[in-house]
This record gives sequence, structure tokens and C-alpha cells, in this order.
Amino acid sequence: MSLLDIQNLTVTFPTPRGPVNVVDGVSLTLGTERLGIVGESGSGKSMTGRAILGLVRPPGVVKADRMEFEGQELQGLSDRAMRKIRGARISMVMQDPKFSLNPVMTVGRQIEEALRTHESLPRRALKARVAEMLEAVRIHDPERVMGLYPHEVSGGMGQRIMIAMMLIPRPRILIADEPTSALDVSVQGQVLDLIDELVRENGMGMMLVSHDLHLVGRYCDRVMVMNAGQVVETLDAKNLHAAQHPYTKGLLAAVPRMNETRAELPTLDRSQWAST
Amino acid sequence: MGFDMSAIHLKDLNIFYGDTQVVHDVTLDVAPGESFALVGESGSGKSTILKAIMGLAPDWTGTIEVDGKPRSHGPDRAFSRQCQMVFQDPYGSLHPRKTIDATLAEPLLIHGLKNRDARVVELLGEVGLDARFRFRFPHQLSGGQRQRVAIARALALEPRFLLLDEPTSALDVSIQAEILNLLKRLRKERGLTYLMVTHNLPVVAFMCDRLAVMRHGRIEEIASAEALKTGALATPYARELYRLSNPEETAEEQP
Repeated sequence: MSLLDIQNLTVTFPTPRGPVNVVDGVSLTLGTERLGIVGESGSGKSMTGRAILGLVRPPGVVKADRMEFEGQELQGLSDRAMRKIRGARISMVMQDPKFSLNPVMTVGRQIEEALRTHESLPRRALKARVAEMLEAVRIHDPERVMGLYPHEVSGGMGQRIMIAMMLIPRPRILIADEPTSALDVSVQGQVLDLIDELVRENGMGMMLVSHDLHLVGRYCDRVMVMNAGQVVETLDAKNLHAAQHPYTKGLLAAVPRMNETRAELPTLDRSQWAST
Repeated sequence: MGFDMSAIHLKDLNIFYGDTQVVHDVTLDVAPGESFALVGESGSGKSTILKAIMGLAPDWTGTIEVDGKPRSHGPDRAFSRQCQMVFQDPYGSLHPRKTIDATLAEPLLIHGLKNRDARVVELLGEVGLDARFRFRFPHQLSGGQRQRVAIARALALEPRFLLLDEPTSALDVSIQAEILNLLKRLRKERGLTYLMVTHNLPVVAFMCDRLAVMRHGRIEEIASAEALKTGALATPYARELYRLSNPEETAEEQP
């Protein structure tokens, strides 16, 4: 059985010129696998992830024919029931650790809080689990790091702390929304390798949302390309370079290469897809 | 390189923020018409060098010469005619309450230049923006369009040197391609000299002639774009950056 089964998901926002579907009829299933969602800004990729977690705020409206997590319909769940799933069963790593960590709480306290919200454990066990989780994200002196505040850690370490916090309740699905775009190249690889390893070890499903096709191709099994709220095509990551759709091809070609010889980079002819 | 040959000449440059020294003994020369990149991780001091040249990081020792003239420690009106900067984040670098017209006319006004009206229209055209954008506000523009406005503003005084601080890292790859093409065309048409900060090595391969790899405020290595393209970098740190930025190649080596 797939972990997540979504049919015909639509997210609508009202605008002065009438309602706009920022996600427009997206269907997907996610098993114990790594699914990449790629697209430009405004393609609806982040909104898809947020809709699953019930994080789309009014005036946004989420509709779907089906939105099931482990066979349970997510639409119409009470806020209370949704809180039991969000974080504990499906969790999300966001782009910038600087904005997603609580600046006035030590790292240890906030990871502890993430765990305590979903499980009740004796104090000592709680601390042991936090230390163990920090070691799992390759922080070698968990005792010291637990006492630090977010501004005292680097971006890469901040993101590892985020990952620890998200994985400590042992969720089934991790949604990673541009988890490394705020990080240096030298740290990006480490963070993604880490997410990858933890997701595989724990038999989880992962949705990696990114604008970087090459990165998604490297870390995912399947890639779903989105544009203007719709799925352009879904393909196996290893066949990414054999993409058929002109939009996917355009995105791939627009990236400069290390052994660049082109005098000019090809740009997307938007008139072909332009809807706004 | 000779004294009078270089467009931008830095010698034994040390830059401080308070008690902290962030740039150590940087020496480099950028030739006229050259496109030169500073690469390295965050905190390696690359953006600070641009700021010091612009007079935005006044606490430095050593030599900064642009076009053969020594640079003072603060903002300088004559200097700003020669050298302009484009910042990373087009969402932060344009005044939100000023129209594009006001943004582009401001440098012309400050320097008392005539024909402002015609110049603004001309500038929009040069960066590939339709004239209908002229009386809009930044929030009505996309990220790529805003970066075009920022480039147009930098060109308003017809400088010969542009300092580019991560000009495309806040943009989508498809928009990045458009902005890089634009910068490349402008440099060719106007014979501009670029000093560009980036962490993206493939962008350097596309845009630049040479690069300096920086780490912890020091230059590790200065290499040609050819050396970068073939991976023929000398220092272990530069090679490591190359490997991390080029995972496709590295992946092919694995079965």
C-alpha cells in the first residue's frame, strides 16, 4: 500500500481577477521511495507539500478527490487529529534553518519539545533520545550542541538540527522543501546524503521539493516536473536526461555546466506554456 | 601585472569588522575588460572585498586602486561614476515605495545629468524590459525583472566597472540563464570589467576569464577559467570545491 495517495489536488487563492489555481489537478502516490518535485518559483511545488500537511492558510482553499495517508483520508480531519499526523507521521524540513528554529530556545530544548509533543517519555529517556538523534545527524558532541542557541550554530549544523527535530518522532514521510538552497555547496552534499541515509534506513517515504533538477535527479527515484500548478511529466530519475517534454528539456539546458562551451545559455520560450 | 595595466588592483588588503579581521592579505589584479570571479564558501570574505571597494566596509588597510586611482575609505561621488555594484537579492535592493522610473532616474539626478527622461527609457531597453514597466513598483515585478532593474540602475552612470555580488543566486535556473546572458552581452557591448562574487562554479565557467578561490579570508588560488573547466586546479581546497560542484562527473566514476 502506498503511504500517500493524492488524486486531483487543487489549491485555489482568490485574486482581484478571480480565483487562481496555484496547484491545478495534481495526482500522485508516494510509497517507500524518494519522489522529487521540481519546478520554477510559482509552479505550485511548495504548495503541494503544504497542502498535504494542511498548512495552506485561508484565503487559500484546498480541494482533492482523495488525499489519503496510510489509507486515512486527511481532508476533513479536525485540527486536533491533524496535529497528531503533522510532525509525528508526516514531517517537513524547510528551506532556511535561520527562520525555522526558535531563536530563544536552546537546540536541546526544541528537539525535546518535538518529541514530547508526540510521545510521553521519562526525562532521562527523552534526553537520551535527543542525544542519539543528534549523533544520527553526525553531530559528534551532542551534549555541547544541546546547550547552544540557534544563532550559535552554522547554517549546515542548523539544518542538521532541523532534520534531527523532524525525524525524532519517527515519521513515515518526510517532506523536504528546498532543504539545502540556503547552504553552501560544500555543505549541501553532506546534508542531502544525511537525509538520504536516514530516509533509507528508516524505510520512509520522502518528497524532495526543489528548483534544482540535477540535485533532484541525484537524490530521488522518481521526478515529477511541475509548471503553473500542473504536472508536466513524471519520470524515473535515471532517465532525467532523456526527458521528452520541452519544458523539462528547457530547464535542463538552462543550467550552466562546468565545462561550459556555449556562448549563450538557452532560455525558456515562455509563450509555449505561459498562462499568466 | 604592471601597475598601470590593471583595472582593479588590490594589494595586501586586510579588512576588519570591529576587532575581527575578515580578509587577510589579499592581492589581485583584474585586467581591463576582464571578467574575474571570487569564489568560496559563506564567510570566506568574498563579498566583503566588493564592499571595501565600494566604500561600504571602510575599515581596511593596504591598497585598493581602481583604474589606477587609489580608493578612499568611504563613498566617493566621482568613483561611483566609474564603478557600480549589483547586489544579490533583487527583493531587498530596490526601494519598495519608489517606481522603477524614480529608481533609475535617481543616480542621474544626483550626478546632475541631463536628458533623464530619455535615458530611463533607454536603460529599460538595454536590459530587455518593456517600457510599460517604467511606472510600476518593485512588488509588481518578478525576481528576474527586478534584477534587470538593478542592473539598469548600475548602468545608469555608464560605469566601466561592475561589481556583481551573487547576481543570480536568488533566481530560478531559467531566469538565471536570462540574466547571465544579459550580463555577458552588456560586457561585450560596453567593454565592461566585471568583478563577480559567486559560489556557483559552473556560472564562473560560463561568465568569467579567471577566478580566485577564497577560504577563511585568504586567497587559496588564482586560476584561469580553462583550468576550472578541465578541473586542473592546483590546491586541494579548490579541487574539493570543484568535486562538490560537479557531482555528475564524480558520479560517473562510480559503478
